[in-house]
Amino acid sequence: MARPAPARAGGPARAEAAGRPERGAPMLEARDLTKRFGKREALRGVSVSAHRGELVAVMGPNGAGKTTLLSILAGIQRADSGTVSRSSREVGWVPQQPALYGKLTVAENLRLFARLEGAPDVEGTVERMLAQTGLEDRARERVVRLSGGNRQRVNVAIGLVGSPPVLLLDEPGAALDPRQRERLWEFVEALAEEEGTTVLYSTHDVGEAEHHAHQVVVLADGERIFSGSPAELEGAVGDPGGDFEAAFVAFLRERGH
Amino acid sequence: MRWLLLKDLRILGRSPLLVALLVIYPVLVSALIGFALSRGPEKPRVALLNQVAYGTGQIDLGGRSLDTRRIGDDFLRSVDAVTVGSREEARRLVEDGSVLGAIIIPAEVTQRLQSGLQPAVIEVLYNAEDPVKARYLEDLVKSQVQDANAQLTRAFSDVALQYLDLVIRGGRISILGRDANILGLERSEQILRAAQADLPERSPLRAQLEEVIRFADGARNNLTLADEALTSVGSPIRVRTEVVEGGGTPLGSFAVAVAVTVTLMFVTLLLAAGILAIEREENAFLRLVRGLVSRTGLLVEKVGLSAACSLLVALLMLLGLALFVDLELSRAGLWTLALGAGALAFAAMGVAIGAVAREVRAASLLAFMLSLPIAFLALVPSGAVSSGLYTFIRVVSALFPFQPALDAVEAAIGGSEGLGLALAHLAVLTLGFGVLGRLALRRFA
Repeated sequence: MARPAPARAGGPARAEAAGRPERGAPMLEARDLTKRFGKREALRGVSVSAHRGELVAVMGPNGAGKTTLLSILAGIQRADSGTVSRSSREVGWVPQQPALYGKLTVAENLRLFARLEGAPDVEGTVERMLAQTGLEDRARERVVRLSGGNRQRVNVAIGLVGSPPVLLLDEPGAALDPRQRERLWEFVEALAEEEGTTVLYSTHDVGEAEHHAHQVVVLADGERIFSGSPAELEGAVGDPGGDFEAAFVAFLRERGH
Repeated sequence: MRWLLLKDLRILGRSPLLVALLVIYPVLVSALIGFALSRGPEKPRVALLNQVAYGTGQIDLGGRSLDTRRIGDDFLRSVDAVTVGSREEARRLVEDGSVLGAIIIPAEVTQRLQSGLQPAVIEVLYNAEDPVKARYLEDLVKSQVQDANAQLTRAFSDVALQYLDLVIRGGRISILGRDANILGLERSEQILRAAQADLPERSPLRAQLEEVIRFADGARNNLTLADEALTSVGSPIRVRTEVVEGGGTPLGSFAVAVAVTVTLMFVTLLLAAGILAIEREENAFLRLVRGLVSRTGLLVEKVGLSAACSLLVALLMLLGLALFVDLELSRAGLWTLALGAGALAFAAMGVAIGAVAREVRAASLLAFMLSLPIAFLALVPSGAVSSGLYTFIRVVSALFPFQPALDAVEAAIGGSEGLGLALAHLAVLTLGFGVLGRLALRRFA
């Protein structure tokens, strides 16, 4: 079922400019994951691999298994079968809804999770995260008073306090306005490019996959039906360089989804 | 775990209104409940055993006729009386909680009242598991006895006056069926004066002198009788009480125990349920349990924090109440032990509620809705409902921490028995609710 992820052959400007990271041993590899909820099979033999500095978008219609896949990779749920190469402590996880304490300040939230993660230099980590997310001037502000975009930045920062080599983002731009989304992706891309962090994110937004992903994984009815670059997805429906969203819809339709 | 504790304390510290409500509301509610407890039930069920046979209850005192069976009639009007045929039946009904207490009017009450030499004794059996009930029954009996005593006092006063009149003026008296002539002080004085004036040494008037001596003896005896009669007038009926079941906690201490336990319950349940549910509401639960802290560890932290906070509130409340109610401060160690065990059990129940409800508002509502019925069930007095229903209520109460917590606090404050059993009961409930909460956390996210 699993297909090897071919090298990126072309595609959206930003992803092209960034270039696909050099390949080597995968930073995260999941093989033949299956998960059942009662009689419903949420995942059927799904395999995913991601390399250092790679941005991987997990796409698919509602109920395709995207959140289940990310939950298993994050260690929140256990797969019925299959393997994941990294433990949950080695993977940063950023849930769709910001998982923050509204009554605590930005710095206090970061400090709490840095301590829980066992960061050797808690204050240093907090300062680094504040700098990385551009929230130094909001450090003493309670989270409940932040905008949605800033909350999501703190949310991502908390996912990074343990300096994980792999970061999982569940629908990261879902609750953000276009400007906030743009700033978030600037941050995430810099993270992948400069820090070498592998980022795997689920999204409903075809544009987020087209513009930011090196690799696109398409799930439908619990199965992986595609894995490759956005350009390869377009090529799979015979329209390379055309409308990515149309190509994605066509791809699903051709395969009966 | 300490970082989670500090985080929760900081969040609580930044929610002053919530914390104030969490403390003030339970204190107010418990004060109201404590006040309500000082009032007894309207018409309690009381077993009545009147062993005075029909037709034998009449006594004649100073020419006035009284029916001792009417003492029982007076009780019948004041209580929901259950007439029983034997002492054993009365005791059994008290023991199984079917009646609030039992009043036994023994057969010899008529003879004792008639003789006027010994007070008649009415027996009262009551179940002292609940000091409120015991106090109510005591008050009821005292009230009825006072009424009866008032009637008898008048009759005995008449008798006493007759004796005194006899001593002063002389006359005839019937003692043990034999008539005797009493000279009286007045006549004795006359005789003594005459004898004094006329009597030479070795006079033949010795017989008269002997009569005076007999008078003196008789007068002394009459005065003794009058003395006993007057003693009886003071309290012609005495009450001998016997505790058949339960301890003897004073009502004041019991009301304090109820008030403090209610406060402990509200504060702990609401706090524990709320601080667990908030982890989900803030979406932080999954982030925490994916390797940062175990689910069990999270529960332990919530139980410990809420138990510690509510223990502090309850102890402060108890110390405050000690300013107004006579409480033994030397027992403060036992207070802490009882309140701590109760707080842990309530906290375990609270996290179970929080884990089931999953949202702060739903958890608070559920904790609140469960609290009052649990407390009221535990306070239902025996005798207020049928025996079967009372047994059912006791079983249901035993499944929740309020009853054992109240027992423990009552024992710690009032010195009644059963502290060890109550602590063991609370330990079992802490474990049980802890397991329930842990199971509920499986579907918490």
